[in-house]
Amino acid sequence: MAHIKKKPVDAVIIGFGWTGAIMGMELTDAGLDVVALERGENRDTNPDFAYPRIADELTYGMRYKLFQNLATETVSVRHAIGDTAVPYRQLGSFLPGNGVGGAGVHWNGAHWRVLPEELRLRSHVIERYGKSFIPSNMTIQDFGVSYEELEPYFSFFERVAGVSGKAGNLNGEIMLNSGGNPLEGFRSTEFPLPPLADVYGASLFAKAATELGYHPFSMPAANASQPYTNPYGVQMGPCNFCGFCERFGCYNYSKASPQTTILPVLLKRPNFELRAQSQVMKINLASDGKRATGVTYIDAQGNTVEQPADLVILSAFQMHNVRMLLLSGIGKPYDPITGKGVVGKNYAYQMMGGVSAFFNEDVPINPFIGAGGGGQIIDDLNGDHFDHGPLGFIGGAYVMVNQSGGRPIQQMSVPPGTPAWGAGWKHAIKKHYGHTVNIATHGSVMSYRDAYFDLDPTYRDAYGQPLLRMTFDWHDNDIRMSQYVTGKTADIARAMKPESIGINVKKLGDHYDVRPYQTTHTVGGAIMGERPDSSVLNKYLQSWDVHNVFVMGASAFPQNIGYNPTGLVGALAYWSANAIRERYLKNPGPLV
Amino acid sequence: MDHSSDEPSRRRFLKASLSVVPLVALGACGRPPEQGQASVISGSAGATSSNTASKYIPQFFTDPEWRFINAACDRLIPADDVGPGAVESGVPEFIDRQMLAAFGLAANWYMQGPYLPASPLFGYQGKQPPREVYRAGIAATDDYCKKQFGGKIFTELNHSQQEQVLTGLEKGQIQFDATSATDFFAFLLQNTKEGYLADPIHGGNKNMGSWKMIGFPGARADFIDWVSRHGEQYPLGPVSISGQAG
Repeated sequence: MAHIKKKPVDAVIIGFGWTGAIMGMELTDAGLDVVALERGENRDTNPDFAYPRIADELTYGMRYKLFQNLATETVSVRHAIGDTAVPYRQLGSFLPGNGVGGAGVHWNGAHWRVLPEELRLRSHVIERYGKSFIPSNMTIQDFGVSYEELEPYFSFFERVAGVSGKAGNLNGEIMLNSGGNPLEGFRSTEFPLPPLADVYGASLFAKAATELGYHPFSMPAANASQPYTNPYGVQMGPCNFCGFCERFGCYNYSKASPQTTILPVLLKRPNFELRAQSQVMKINLASDGKRATGVTYIDAQGNTVEQPADLVILSAFQMHNVRMLLLSGIGKPYDPITGKGVVGKNYAYQMMGGVSAFFNEDVPINPFIGAGGGGQIIDDLNGDHFDHGPLGFIGGAYVMVNQSGGRPIQQMSVPPGTPAWGAGWKHAIKKHYGHTVNIATHGSVMSYRDAYFDLDPTYRDAYGQPLLRMTFDWHDNDIRMSQYVTGKTADIARAMKPESIGINVKKLGDHYDVRPYQTTHTVGGAIMGERPDSSVLNKYLQSWDVHNVFVMGASAFPQNIGYNPTGLVGALAYWSANAIRERYLKNPGPLV
Repeated sequence: MDHSSDEPSRRRFLKASLSVVPLVALGACGRPPEQGQASVISGSAGATSSNTASKYIPQFFTDPEWRFINAACDRLIPADDVGPGAVESGVPEFIDRQMLAAFGLAANWYMQGPYLPASPLFGYQGKQPPREVYRAGIAATDDYCKKQFGGKIFTELNHSQQEQVLTGLEKGQIQFDATSATDFFAFLLQNTKEGYLADPIHGGNKNMGSWKMIGFPGARADFIDWVSRHGEQYPLGPVSISGQAG
């Protein structure tokens, strides 16, 4: 195949999901000529997510039509340093996106910020509990950016995405019983849209939680509760609770995605070009290794293409960002033995638990009525909203009834002890499908010395490059957190007065299982922070080592939070874009 | 953006769905018309006599394999008064079609070696794509049955014996050289439930029988007027992607 050299552009974007679209918008606003490279296919609401074909659980929910095809590339996984990693051959535990819009197409729309203290977690824990409270193998850090600095960017991203919700803290005023979260960080403005209506199960949960003294509120959802026009002039329609949200594209223009909020404007700009089916092999560096000169990619026909650029925005999925840095030789790889080096350091997952409340057949839950981001939440057991001193662990979880749909293959709940097949299984699904409320605990995972990424020594992708290798297992701190929160959740479930409950929580000593879906909120590996010897990026998401490379996404989180990451990921992208526009373009060089 | 463009087509779809109701409304029991008809493959006596296979001609499975799949599906989800069984629901057809699709070929899985032994926590690590696991698993199960049950193959066993064999595969009590018995059973059970509960466009869930049994409205996918009606049972039956209503 031919080797092609394209004419230089001002900026090249690697990966065209949420942060690629945001950076495309911001950099073209600043007058730059921008090319975005997306390795997956081009997609739009029509025809790719059109009704009725999108309402196909098997194709989209179980066969993962919109997700990364692992045949060409995956990651390898092992539990401990010294083990031999094996490939993640089938999608299961986490579902990386692929194609234009990335995971922004097939998320649920849970649109959170971050708790202010979580951005300075290490400092906060030391201040409140003392340094000895942090286990010796735990490598949590501060993000290096403050909530106050990010607040305008949270607010703007919420307006772009048409987020439905209710403020619980408006400019420092705590609004109890407002329908919002009284424990959240301050908001400078109310949500752009009112909360989504609650399904029955969510209202049952909120009533029981209130009786037990908790503070339930409506989940912040990037699912429009009303017709909406965002700051770019793009229109969204009200969510109709179709129940085909996560794993699906929205046929109704209701779920915020790059396609429904940004691309209709960006794709028409003359100084922007999208090239789909373009697989970036590496970021090219100048001979001194301190400046990127562009990227090399393989196009749809197999041609090798060099795209020179003055600015490189790395905005692929979290794991792919880490791998691209390692393949390109940007930053010093992390060594878990010495603790030196930074690229790959601090991989963290999230810890899910839950309680199912099984009601009798007189209680019609109608589980198929669902919005991806809708539902009722309590935040009382998340972050540092409760005294961890006597409990001896760090972190927390939010608790939710988020009825995102009742798709019968994936979302079927039956009581513990139900046979896996036969007449007993069939009778159980008939009895329980329409009468079960699932309460989830969605919790943080801290970072540890022995949880990290590097390049696999054996397995390679379809292009011959090494796979990323994940070394990860559960740690006691996070399992104890989940047991505590899930135990409290069982009390709420019992207060809902079901016939029976089923509890799903990990036991100490349980190992990470890649098979069942848990969450795609994988973080870390290209973390932001205060110093080049402990982070890959500075507080503006700029590489410490190569100043014209900026790395977006949850790879920047030094440890995980209880919330879903997209709100923080989007805010960080706008924050970084502002620094590029206001400072970097005028005087390219390190911003810190 | 032009948001109106998909609305008319959606309305047309729903209208069309309603218009075909009389053609597919099958009375209170909701059983498809194929039910009462003789099948080209009746299975051996005692195994599938009450639940005949459809007239679908398998494209992947051989005739003996097809009889095995029908018999196994009939045990994994049997028919009774509570709701339809897997066989009358077309699950064998669904599985046969999956064998020819990306699933059967493992087309979207990472299938490069080396293939190392690993804890089940790391998921399927075999070299064989699922359809090869099925083929080897069926043959090995029949070999096992012949040894254990005086020369009889799986389809010649009675229900209780068949369930005993399936349990042995599930629990790893039966092991094969040719393939992993637990992987074989796991694929078979996964695909059986998928075929039972997926949209009928994939060949299973004939007449949306499982959806009617559990109360899932299928591809209706629009509940704006029902979200706030707490404590009321949603009243409408399912529709499929093809427009079939029930």
